[in-house]
Amino acid sequence: MFHRESGVYKTTYAADMALYPLPVARWTVAAVILLFAVVLPLSLHDYYLSIINLSLIAIVGALGLNILVGYTGQISVGHAAFMSVGAYTAANLAVKLGLPFWVTLPAGGLMAALVGAIVGIPSLRIKGLYLAIATLAGQLIIEWIINHTPAISGGAQASIQVPRPELWGYQLRTQGQLYFFLLFFAALAILATLNLVRSRIGRAFVAIRDQDIAAEIIGINIYRYKLLAFAISSFYAGVCGVLYTYYFGIANYEAFQIGVSIDYLAMIIIGGLGSVLGSILGAVFVTMLPIVLRLSMEPLAGLFFSAGEMSSVIASTRLVLFGALIILFLVVEPEGLNRLWRNIRNYFRVWPFSY
Amino acid sequence: MTHLNWWRAAAAACALATASGAGIAQEKELVFGLQCDRTGATQTVGIFLCPGYHDYISLLNSKGGVEGYKIRVMEIDHEYKVPPAMEAHERFKKEGAVLHSLYGTPQTAALTKKLEEDKMLGTSPGFGTAAAADGKRFPYLFPLAASYWSQAAAAIDFAKKQLGGSLKDKKIAYLYFDNPAGKEPLEVLADLSKLEGFEMRTFAVPSPGVEMGAQVIDITGRFKPDFVVTHLFGRSPSVSIKELKGKGYPLSKVVSLVWGASEADIKAAGGFAAAEGYHTLQFAGVGTDFQVIKDINAMYKAQGKEPPSQQETSVFYNRGVMIAALHAEATRNAIKAKGGARPNTVDVKNGMEAIKGFTLGGMVPPMEVTPQDHEGGGWVQVWSVKDGKLVKTTDWFQAYRNVISKHLAAVN
Repeated sequence: MFHRESGVYKTTYAADMALYPLPVARWTVAAVILLFAVVLPLSLHDYYLSIINLSLIAIVGALGLNILVGYTGQISVGHAAFMSVGAYTAANLAVKLGLPFWVTLPAGGLMAALVGAIVGIPSLRIKGLYLAIATLAGQLIIEWIINHTPAISGGAQASIQVPRPELWGYQLRTQGQLYFFLLFFAALAILATLNLVRSRIGRAFVAIRDQDIAAEIIGINIYRYKLLAFAISSFYAGVCGVLYTYYFGIANYEAFQIGVSIDYLAMIIIGGLGSVLGSILGAVFVTMLPIVLRLSMEPLAGLFFSAGEMSSVIASTRLVLFGALIILFLVVEPEGLNRLWRNIRNYFRVWPFSY
Repeated sequence: MTHLNWWRAAAAACALATASGAGIAQEKELVFGLQCDRTGATQTVGIFLCPGYHDYISLLNSKGGVEGYKIRVMEIDHEYKVPPAMEAHERFKKEGAVLHSLYGTPQTAALTKKLEEDKMLGTSPGFGTAAAADGKRFPYLFPLAASYWSQAAAAIDFAKKQLGGSLKDKKIAYLYFDNPAGKEPLEVLADLSKLEGFEMRTFAVPSPGVEMGAQVIDITGRFKPDFVVTHLFGRSPSVSIKELKGKGYPLSKVVSLVWGASEADIKAAGGFAAAEGYHTLQFAGVGTDFQVIKDINAMYKAQGKEPPSQQETSVFYNRGVMIAALHAEATRNAIKAKGGARPNTVDVKNGMEAIKGFTLGGMVPPMEVTPQDHEGGGWVQVWSVKDGKLVKTTDWFQAYRNVISKHLAAVN
């Protein structure tokens, strides 16, 4: 954040381990919370809130994938399938049993965690690209099972309409209302991840990522922690899927196909592997960049093209620019947006001196 | 650059400057929201369909618009991804759109609830769920074209006529894309098989559908059906034509549902000569022999331009024209009902439910949209490959409406 840390001395371990070691950091966080909880929802049009809402959902999913790929070093291309597991679990519970979201949401997460742990079993024997293929199989198998099991999918259309989430008798349906719903869970996910990665579990994940044999020698049960990483990551994915379900009012596995898994991998690679802020930045970047590119091109394209041609030009140019910008950012800083941000911050920290 | 374009650029800049405010809609302007996919999985459809939509609206505007209101089309390309569909909807709302042209089955599903909450109609011609034909259950969703149920029923009816008027003890194969859209007709087909006494077997093609050698050998070598109904998407229809022909199955005994029915599919399968006899179901007229297409070309000519190249794939281009025309007609009904006053989204929805006898010179079926029936009757035509082009084999027809309505009632 925007502050300097000179003149701060820590005298206890507790102070050193605090989430926000500096008082000024706490104030910054408070200001950010004020911005997101009060200023943005009051000042922004529903349209902009809808973009933020989509980013908030993506943040939850990206955090989960980063725990697995970034922190534990186990690659997964089945993330979207775990989302669909969460989505259908919640939808079935909400429709067949009429349960409220505060039951279906953790239930969706837990079911996804269970399935994720099962899909993660091959990780005990294989790594790297081989594991990628194993999780790819998981993605396709889960898709197939949902598509072919009416008991899960609710019929040939494989979509289940769910009622809007209710809180104290009020239905959350507008973008503004759903914003608070999603913000709460996204904030919870961020906080939980920040705490997870500095706990024993998080450090065990990092040890496995850096050198699994060494991790085993220092007493980390690799099997347990690898499966735990899959389970936790899938829990986030499941919750993300449930959030999508409540946001759109429908569970539909076609929204969670292999391409979505790749999108989420792109988010954490662009944002920065093994960092919470990176997951957030990556999710926001991948969600918002196409929209920002379109918004910025819309008035310009009118200069040279008719309305019909303009739509085609915008669609194609946006794709080119999107790809080019991703390459640019990764060439400038291969470790992602998080590292880029830290570089900028470190530069201004000692500014005007060079170090 | 013409003077007009500069003027338009200035207008666009002004629009941007005031875009943050709510009221950018001009006095006599209505906004249509159009979702499209020009860059994603279904771009093979979108790059032809959406230009058709734009061209028809431009034609209307060049003739003074709808009842004096100019139409502005706000297009958003969602790359066939689901989250951007919600962003598109909110954008359309912000721009004050009176209706929403959906694109894609998952996107339609994701917006069904939102459209109802916002009381804005969405049209899903040729995709979405067949159950949406029930206007009572889905008040703001309009399939407008024959659903997959109606298409499957029409395909069986066509097969029946081709096979001499009876399907008793005949064999029909259903070759379909293994996704919800492909599976949707299964229950209707099973019902019809009992009703007509034919044996039906289904052959699923897994995504992405470019490999179906095994299924086709199963069909041609083992099952040996009297007729084949195919329901495939994207690149797979052309593969099915190639494979069936390669195994010696006569294409004159194959009928494809609406998304395997374009000139592009036939060209990709090796050209019209190779696909001789192939039958296709259509929910909009095919070819350029329509007054509206001639008018569009005249409009282009007046601007000193060539007719759009997208017309070569007239199947999709004409569908875009048809969707735009129905939207305009619904808006016209709404404006008339209000005596010329500016319609809101609910007025346009009511206008859509009043569409009747609007055929656009034969390009649009003689559909009748009512508050109960948002499908408009489930009309299709069969066009077949003959002598290097698609020719009309049947006129507009509908089939087994009682079976379809039974299934619609069973959904609730």
